[in-house]
Amino acid sequence: MPDPLIKVEGLYKIYGPSPKEVLPLIHAGSSKADILAETGHTVGLKDIHLEIEKGKIFVIMGLSGSGKSTLIRHFNRLIEPTAGHIYIEDTDVMKLSDRELEDYRRNKMSMVFQRFGLMPHRTVLRNVGYGLSVQGVSREKQDQEAQRWLDAVGLTGYENHFPAQLSGGEQQRVGLARALATNAEILLMDEAFSALDPLIRTEMRDQLIELQKKLHKTIIFITHDLDEALHLGDKIAILKDGELIQVGTPAQILLNPVDDYVEAFVRGVNRGRALTVEAVMRDPRLQITSDDVDSALDQMRKAKATFGYYVPNGTYAGVVAQLDLVEVAREDGQASLFDHMIDPSVSVTPDTRICATLAETVAADFPLPVLDEDGVLIGELPREVVFEVLNEEA
Amino acid sequence: MANSWLTEFPALSREALRDIKITSDAAYRTFTRNYGDIVDAAFDPLLRLLIWFENLLLIAPWWVVILVILGLAYAAGRSIPLCIGVLTGLLLIGFFGMWEDAMKTLSIIGVSTLVSIVLGIPTGILMARSDRAQSIVTPVLDVMQTMPAFVYLIPVVMLLGIGRVPGLLAVVIYAIPPVIRLTNLGIRLVDKDVLEAATSYGANRSQRLWGVQIPLAMPTIMAGINQTIMMALAMVVIAAMIGVDGLGRPVLQSIQNQYFTQGMLNGLAIVALAIVFDRISQAYARRSQTHMSGIKSA
Ligand SMILES: Nc1ncnc2c1ncn2[C@@H]1O[C@H](COP(=O)(O)OP(=O)(O)OP(=O)(O)O)[C@@H](O)[C@H]1O
Ligand SMILES: [Mg+2]
Repeated sequence: MPDPLIKVEGLYKIYGPSPKEVLPLIHAGSSKADILAETGHTVGLKDIHLEIEKGKIFVIMGLSGSGKSTLIRHFNRLIEPTAGHIYIEDTDVMKLSDRELEDYRRNKMSMVFQRFGLMPHRTVLRNVGYGLSVQGVSREKQDQEAQRWLDAVGLTGYENHFPAQLSGGEQQRVGLARALATNAEILLMDEAFSALDPLIRTEMRDQLIELQKKLHKTIIFITHDLDEALHLGDKIAILKDGELIQVGTPAQILLNPVDDYVEAFVRGVNRGRALTVEAVMRDPRLQITSDDVDSALDQMRKAKATFGYYVPNGTYAGVVAQLDLVEVAREDGQASLFDHMIDPSVSVTPDTRICATLAETVAADFPLPVLDEDGVLIGELPREVVFEVLNEEA
Repeated sequence: MANSWLTEFPALSREALRDIKITSDAAYRTFTRNYGDIVDAAFDPLLRLLIWFENLLLIAPWWVVILVILGLAYAAGRSIPLCIGVLTGLLLIGFFGMWEDAMKTLSIIGVSTLVSIVLGIPTGILMARSDRAQSIVTPVLDVMQTMPAFVYLIPVVMLLGIGRVPGLLAVVIYAIPPVIRLTNLGIRLVDKDVLEAATSYGANRSQRLWGVQIPLAMPTIMAGINQTIMMALAMVVIAAMIGVDGLGRPVLQSIQNQYFTQGMLNGLAIVALAIVFDRISQAYARRSQTHMSGIKSA
């Protein structure tokens, strides 16, 4: 695994007049409710450890009051922690001076807010250019960049409107364009789509996914909507009462919830529809590169596999079965593997939903090969896995 | 001792009180004697500004002044009825022979308002930024607003004598609290979400102040300025008592000599000026915030 871009270590946030004095109580194991009752302090975050990879969408989920907004505001230090560190690459964000912090907010990250946070006295175009104006970029350059991003989020023609004249969805597009315009590598989104109605919400979500395909930002996305989390997240972290309960891929969260709280979250989700092949596929067990039947059989025996994927020159060609090959070898030792493949056309793509692979999985008596756009074998989809995903539906 | 503290309030003795009065009077008198000239000199630029502005208004032909004020009204409100109202008010003042006094009043009100804004807005900003500053300034403002004007006229007159500058000082003391209070309030009420967004994009203190807080607080600050102008006009008669020329002086005369009509006319002229400036500043405030309406509901 590559070095993470963002690392959070032992982060605590306690709201109240003397938070440092409450820390020992937390270390001693008192609960959020006890501490509130005894000292009047609210535990916002408790001993958070996290690693976030570059170029991925990291989703933070949790019920209302679980500390999501508190956590995300630590990344750009809109909130000061009671204890702990956040490292971005090698800088400790908590150690930055005021000037350094301003620089860092200007260039490293930008944020999209649940209640938009647009400036009512600036036009849409000037709102989108706000980050650049703070950086001291020339007015001409500001407007030019702002126009580009306004076009990108589909708001061409609204340049001279004021935020109050736009619908909620349009305002949030302005918020998104403003965040993208500074070209910061990290994007923080605090329930960015929660204030929108469901239809616009899915539309914005898909737009974000499209943009992310081109931009490869590191996105920290907060939501309390599991569906949104599963669609967007490369990784999902679940918070409860300020504690991190589970971090994992959508598949890990869905298939192995660590406790009842997470279980309650994922209950009722149609896993077959929520999960893609990519989320549950395994590494291909056996890739055969040689065209020679004997050496193929040899590889299978060593790997204790009854099937193998024939991958001459790096591209996938088809599946071969041990039973077939044994027979072939008996008749003709020199035969080419190429002539004895089973149905080369059967395969799935990584972004297929599990439920859509059911028929093929049942029909094939080998794990379905998973091929990317270039026809390269990137995984296999064993039948047990598909059944497991669909079975625990209960 | 026959008097017990149970029946009589245990007040200071007559002698002690007299001593206190004598000492503090003497101390203040020494202060005025030693520093009066310096204080006078310090206010000199202000006096010159006052005289310059007054001369400007008096030398300029009446119709030029009216045209300038009309231009101001139109720029502020873009409304023809407003302009017609302003024109009528000013013409009536001139028609009843009060033009010159009105110009003198206008000059002292104009300069007082200017001074109040120049001192008041920074003070308001300071209060908005620091709770300590707010807790110190607020009681001072309370005293300024409740202390009868006659009381603070005494030391002002002792220090500076009779004339325009002490008049100006009295007007400013009375009129400055609203602009300070409303600047403070306006900045404190700025939408936290918008301010947070500005911070998250790396705006520093002055970028937040000038780029977000002041523009968003502007409607409230304008309301403060409007109140300041109104209160300054209300002080015109009291200012006349310490030698400020203008519409206040004939009013004062009429009180002493029971000239009913003269008092009434000059009083109405003050009211007319007040309405003119109230409507102009309100029209400006309204127009500058139209695009911000409804934003909080998002
Ligand atoms: N400024 C504050 N002062 C005191 N307590 C606070 C403050 N901000 C948040 N809290 C408390 O910290 C806890 C976490 O709040 P936070 O806003 O992070 O929750 P959240 O997960 O974002 O919730 P939501 O989904 O409702 O936005 C809550 O118990 C809240 O009451
Ligand atoms: Mg929140």
